[in-house]
Amino acid sequence: MGDEILNGLPKLGTAAAGIAVFFGVLMLVFFVLGKVRGRFSGPVAGIAFLGPAILLLVAGLVVPAIQTIGKSTQNAAGTKFIGWENYAWVFGTDTNRQILTNTFMWLIIAPLFSTLFGLTLALLLDRMRRESIPKSLIFMPMAISFVGASIIWDLVYAYRDPAKPQVGLLSQVAIWLGIENPPNWLLLQPWNNFLLMVIMIWIQTGFAMVVLSAAIKAIPGDVVEAATLDGATGWRLFSRVTIPMIRGTLIVVITTIMIATLKIFDIVRVMTNGNFGTQIVANEMYAQSFVQFDYGRGSALAVVLFVAVIPLVIYNVRQLRKEQAIR
Amino acid sequence: MTAPLRRRGVILLAGGAAATLLLAACGGSDDSGGSATPTNTDASPTASPTGDVPAGCEPYAGYLGNEGQSVSVFTSILPPEQQKFEESWAKFEECTGIDIVYEGSDQFEAQLPTRIAGGNAPDIAFIPQPGLLQTLVERGGPVAAPATTSANVDQYFNPAWKAYGTIDGTFYAAPLGSNMKSFVWYSPSVFADNGYTVPTTWDEMFTLSDQMVADGITPWCGGIESGGATGWAATDWLEQVMLRLYGGDVYDQWVNHEVVFNSPEVTEAMNVVAGWMKNEEYVNGGHVTGQGYGNVASIATTAFQDAGKGIIPGECGMLQQASFYAAQWESFKEGAVVAEDGDVFAFYLPAITDAVPTPIVGGGEFVTAFSDAPAVQAVQNFLSSSEFATAKAALGAWVSANNGVPLDTYASPIDRLSAEFLTNQEGTFRFDASDLMPAAVGAGAEWTQMTAWFAEDKPTEAVLQAIDDAWPSS
Repeated sequence: MGDEILNGLPKLGTAAAGIAVFFGVLMLVFFVLGKVRGRFSGPVAGIAFLGPAILLLVAGLVVPAIQTIGKSTQNAAGTKFIGWENYAWVFGTDTNRQILTNTFMWLIIAPLFSTLFGLTLALLLDRMRRESIPKSLIFMPMAISFVGASIIWDLVYAYRDPAKPQVGLLSQVAIWLGIENPPNWLLLQPWNNFLLMVIMIWIQTGFAMVVLSAAIKAIPGDVVEAATLDGATGWRLFSRVTIPMIRGTLIVVITTIMIATLKIFDIVRVMTNGNFGTQIVANEMYAQSFVQFDYGRGSALAVVLFVAVIPLVIYNVRQLRKEQAIR
Repeated sequence: MTAPLRRRGVILLAGGAAATLLLAACGGSDDSGGSATPTNTDASPTASPTGDVPAGCEPYAGYLGNEGQSVSVFTSILPPEQQKFEESWAKFEECTGIDIVYEGSDQFEAQLPTRIAGGNAPDIAFIPQPGLLQTLVERGGPVAAPATTSANVDQYFNPAWKAYGTIDGTFYAAPLGSNMKSFVWYSPSVFADNGYTVPTTWDEMFTLSDQMVADGITPWCGGIESGGATGWAATDWLEQVMLRLYGGDVYDQWVNHEVVFNSPEVTEAMNVVAGWMKNEEYVNGGHVTGQGYGNVASIATTAFQDAGKGIIPGECGMLQQASFYAAQWESFKEGAVVAEDGDVFAFYLPAITDAVPTPIVGGGEFVTAFSDAPAVQAVQNFLSSSEFATAKAALGAWVSANNGVPLDTYASPIDRLSAEFLTNQEGTFRFDASDLMPAAVGAGAEWTQMTAWFAEDKPTEAVLQAIDDAWPSS
């Protein structure tokens, strides 16, 4: 152990030297820029400040995206151009159509229920004393990785012969409720998809609750007061005042969870690896690229995912901007 | 593809087996200076025996001349196995001055092609699937093995092994470790208590299964869940039956897709598997006897690691699994003894017909080089020698198909039994077919379709057709 630390020291030195060089270059650039005067100063400053960001964006996002699009038109080894064939495979085969349907269901159901539960909890807890305690507890799953959460829920859904002691919580509860032969939950098509979504909802509800709760608290007191004076109570107050006031936040929460859902990979990989009719695009993309070494098909799936995320991201960013403009 | 998962479970079995023959050999060879084994002296292209070999280094005379070089090894084999590899070549490093830098990764199969494509290939990789080797050769990277390595393989291995390291007539990769897959695990004490004897023919095995059903013991347990590799265990069952029914030639044609999946041959083999592992009376308890994990479909959700849980308590009688499953028993019973008179042992999965003598399905890794530097070739030559295999085998829980390893080197009975079969020159040895097929099938459709066959009772013909459809067209 001690040796390992000592062996690591040179690496630390290298890292420190790297940082020093970085700051040196930065100082030099700023020094030179400081010398620039006159009509060039504006554009030069712009380039100096935006340059690195643009450079990193090009190297880390634009180039790989173009490469991926290029690969998606090639064969498995990336040696031959085959045009639309990979896309025809994505949209044309039965198994893939099921994958797309599953992903679509995830996209609708997981964000909707996470937000719905989050909103309900935010309202219920809003006027509770010591609301921070239940809030912290509900928020806690957010701190668990998807893989960790999946392992926990894998145990909840575990199946054993009904005549034997049970491992799975769900099966045991079913037996207590008088269902003598609880099914092997993860094999129960198509419901197993929803069982996997439950994990996502379990994790994301806390996020939705915290953000929406903050938005509800930010509603100005005079607005609520005015509405109450006009005779609005209960459901009316909620649907006509609260919802419109937090509409922007609501949309940001939904779209954020949607984007996370589109990329979801860990849950399906750990729970079923896409077997039993639960496959989704991101896991299939990984399997094609890194298990079966078909970079063409893997890239095509990546492009489909990429294209599907773009409108959500645009909408999300726009809403965020609007929010900021109001404040 | 399945290898890292399988190998990850391999733990030190015979912990005390530290009789390092390597050290013994080094210490005891002071009688004649240059009397290294024939392979070391005659042919190594890198050999430059200088005459002044340091004392104790005589067996390594053939590998000298590369002092100060370092050779990187990339593999899916993780600790604690890593330490045993390092121990087995420590003396080699000391004598030759070659530094072997070991790097293990559980994402080996995903990373290796990426590293090669990125110009960052390791010097040597231990590749567990000939299918992956073929893919890599097609895309460029591996370099042909040196002549000494080739001669070593000719001398020490069943010819089938060399064929698996050969792509388009060029020999690339020598076998390293091996595992024996044609085993059935059972509890000797449960067998003794019930008066069962180990079956020696396929029919006897099923007579015994029926006897167990009558006695209230579920004869077979099974599990094919394996995370990202779910389904591989089921492909093994099909491979066992394919080799036993039709022999090596048809098996090879099947691997090359000359016999397609949706053919009468494979359909018949699937029917045999169905009568065995999809037989509701035989497997995973079913609802008939109320034992074990449940019905046939539960095979798909039972982790292969957990499948044998019922063997020692006698809840199920037999489990078809490979030799590396030996590492698993410790997790079911502390201090479990794997021996013919212990808690658990394995018998050879019998042949189906006399026409196919001693069919053996196995697996293993192949030492593939991505550089032809002399130091790299010296390591390749060393790893294919019987001296290395003997030294490594002496450290326990590792089997080589190298017949230059004396059988009494293996301290644990199961390793010895595995080696007996793997070095059998008359046996019909074939490599795990799914590791030979293109990854789209062997690590893709065959896994998922066999899983669906068990989980959803998907019709056999649909399963086989879907696998054929996934076969790459080029």
